[in-house]
Amino acid sequence: MSEHSAGANTRGILSVGGYVPRLRLDRQTVAAGHRWMAPGLRGLAKGARAMANWDEDAITMAVEAGRTALRGATGISVDALTLASTTLPFADRLNSAVVGAALGMARQPAAADVGGGMRAGSSALLRALQTPGKNELVIGSERRIPTPASTAELNAGDGAAAVLVGEGDPLAILRGAASLSTDFVDHFRQTDRQGDYGWEERWVRDEGFSKLVPPVVSQALEAAGIDADQIDHFVMPEQLRRVGALVAKRVGVRPEAIVDTLFEQCGDTGAAHPLMMLAHTLTTAGPGQRILLIQFGSGCDAMVLETTAKAVATKQVPAWLEGGQIEKNYLKYLSFTGQLDLEWGMRAEMDNKTALTAAWRAEPMVNGFVGGSCTSCGTVQFPASRICVNPECGAIDTQAPYRLADDPAKVRSFTCDWLSYKPCPPFMFGHVEFGNRARVLMEFTDCDPDELAVDVPLDMVFRIKELDPVRGFRRYFWKAKPQRKAGE
Amino acid sequence: MASGIRDRVAILGMGCSRFGERWSDNAEDLMLEAFTEALGDAGIEKSLIEAAWLGVCLEENNVGKTAGPLAQGLRLPFIAATRVENACATGTEALRGAVYAVASGACDIALALGVEKLKDTGYGGLPVRTRGVVNDLWQPNASAPGAFAQLASAYQARYGISRDDLKQAMAHVSVKSHDNATLNPKAHLRNKITIEDVLKAQMVAEPLGLYDCCGVSDGAACAIVTTPAIAEKLGKRDVVTVKALQIAVSNGEEAQFNQWDGASIRTAEVAAARAYREAGIANPRESLDLIEVHDCFSITELVLMENLGLSDPGRATFDILEGRYDRDGAIPCQIDGGLKCFGHPIGASGLRMVYEIYLQVLGRAGARQLGKADIGLTQNLGGHPHQNVCAISIIGRLGA
Repeated sequence: MSEHSAGANTRGILSVGGYVPRLRLDRQTVAAGHRWMAPGLRGLAKGARAMANWDEDAITMAVEAGRTALRGATGISVDALTLASTTLPFADRLNSAVVGAALGMARQPAAADVGGGMRAGSSALLRALQTPGKNELVIGSERRIPTPASTAELNAGDGAAAVLVGEGDPLAILRGAASLSTDFVDHFRQTDRQGDYGWEERWVRDEGFSKLVPPVVSQALEAAGIDADQIDHFVMPEQLRRVGALVAKRVGVRPEAIVDTLFEQCGDTGAAHPLMMLAHTLTTAGPGQRILLIQFGSGCDAMVLETTAKAVATKQVPAWLEGGQIEKNYLKYLSFTGQLDLEWGMRAEMDNKTALTAAWRAEPMVNGFVGGSCTSCGTVQFPASRICVNPECGAIDTQAPYRLADDPAKVRSFTCDWLSYKPCPPFMFGHVEFGNRARVLMEFTDCDPDELAVDVPLDMVFRIKELDPVRGFRRYFWKAKPQRKAGE
Repeated sequence: MASGIRDRVAILGMGCSRFGERWSDNAEDLMLEAFTEALGDAGIEKSLIEAAWLGVCLEENNVGKTAGPLAQGLRLPFIAATRVENACATGTEALRGAVYAVASGACDIALALGVEKLKDTGYGGLPVRTRGVVNDLWQPNASAPGAFAQLASAYQARYGISRDDLKQAMAHVSVKSHDNATLNPKAHLRNKITIEDVLKAQMVAEPLGLYDCCGVSDGAACAIVTTPAIAEKLGKRDVVTVKALQIAVSNGEEAQFNQWDGASIRTAEVAAARAYREAGIANPRESLDLIEVHDCFSITELVLMENLGLSDPGRATFDILEGRYDRDGAIPCQIDGGLKCFGHPIGASGLRMVYEIYLQVLGRAGARQLGKADIGLTQNLGGHPHQNVCAISIIGRLGA
């Protein structure tokens, strides 16, 4: 096997990142809830599927995956952002613009939302790899809400993955690719609906995966000049259980090359999943290895990638995949997805109408967590203000924008409030003090009450702040979550 | 520096409605109840009142905006009337308007009335509401107990006090106020409770349980003020005057800057220092015969003992447990039951505190009358520990 040395200024994958929500819904719990009417779900009741917290959606998860990818690519300026998903919260409001702003890429020149099916992420990645010139961050993010007791409910998971593609010293390059687009409808979902409508799985396997995928894969391998048995990592999400092995066998990939679909700890993250499996593979693959990436859906995408000398083989599980908290309350899941309407009392009736004029004025502050740093005395303050808050200073109009999202912080005071309405009580919030000594009263999230104590170190995460069900709007802001070591 | 208003304004009469769940009454009924008592106490005709201030906080579920409801409810004869609002310190703010009007010489007799009709929301506690279109974008929409609970965690960390010790002292605060309120026929909550009741109560906002939180009530309170000379001319032999009236408002330092310890009310420290100076009080621990503070939560009362200079920093827990602020202690606190048990109709609360000092100084507090009561302090707080309005008054006998 020849080790490909890409060198500087080669187009390829510069860095990757993933995000799996902390909550992991125990599949046995779900199956137990449905046993009375769908005992057959027992077969899928293994491990846990990732479950978005009430304040997470395709936008917020995309931000976290994007931050991970960008942390691995310091010094690279991103020219374009593509957000791929079939579950973006807004049909008309550029979701990727919110993500870009939260990533600190304020007023990024190009941002696009792509959707349309399970290949949204893989196709976006392929186009980014094939189009020279720009550094493009491709993020797949998905929070599907399948119908209760459907197999999709157990098979799907929530999550996001990001791939930074551009010119530089890449981790992996594209050797060849092929695509097929056709109106093979194995499942569908009307724009304003939740839950897929799917046809008989045996037909999808026989006519779809068995017949449509292999020719596209062969074409990609041929374009790459690589034989199927030279593939080291076979990366294919299993939209149906065990189709990976079926396709691998059909195209002649060695069974040991088949990459873990992350079913046990995450589930299938839809349009994001090829990117997530690729991100996982690229954090473990060594140099000179061949990756076959396949995604099925209204046709098929197949890509052959090869890692460069920059890739480092490791057995380490990436931090974004590790850990999680098993959730055994299926009713809580149903409440988070909006499939169960609970009695929340009158405090939940508060009108959360957003003044869009005010939201625009506050846009960098809210999306980018940008405060002010006084150029006269150095005091960092949030929000930024005309007059410096330091009583010894008081200088006027001296504050430069200062982003707090990535700064270290700790708990200054806290409470767990059972009176206020929150979709996941208790409402936890408190004063947060940053390493730069700025102080902000913030909400805590992904947090258990017993984790809160004065001086606990915190990370900042971008989350849904308030939902406005009356108008179908939602607003976002940053929240603090207790820092956890891998595995916690 | 200005000399202040010490002894320049006298309280001619006061009134206070019964506080509680006044299901059958409108705000106008509560206003009239307090006003009728005050007018009778003042012994004057309504027509002698030249200007009026109405304190209402949550006008959305109350009387609406402007002072119109006061003028109409009391049929005031086309005099100047102004509605003021300064969060939970609204009652003292109304008093300040009337007192300053008299002190300035702009009028001889002025009225301050605070009212709140809170029990029309359909649920317990204060109503949820917007904090403003920009603030709502990023600020946690904190409940009052959640905001004040922050004091407890910061206080424990600041002084190394255990949660158990703090909870014991907080429980002592509430048990004391319940005991005091049994002697007050106008109080909302007149039942005795035990330390165990408090410690075992349902959690509202860690570490504040149900009994660490004050009542939410309907009610009104009212003061008619004039100059000491006019009071004497009108036949008042025992004249009660305003010794000091100070308000301090957060400027954002606590919330945004790093110097506040989170375990104190900064505005209370500032306003208290100014008020003691205005009243000519060098040592409040010796001078004050009783105090009424803003005990919206037990932890608030606890830290305020330090911020008012009555307990040393970090010592309030122990002073409370030793009984210093009990009815028979060195400085009785909340002798009327406080917000905790007299109740907390927001706009009325500051005036209700002054009402108690006024009654005690005049020896008219009935079963709860203290032995020596020449001078007392009220502390009325609006907002949250990190961003608030603190109003302090010192009320006492003319010449004391």
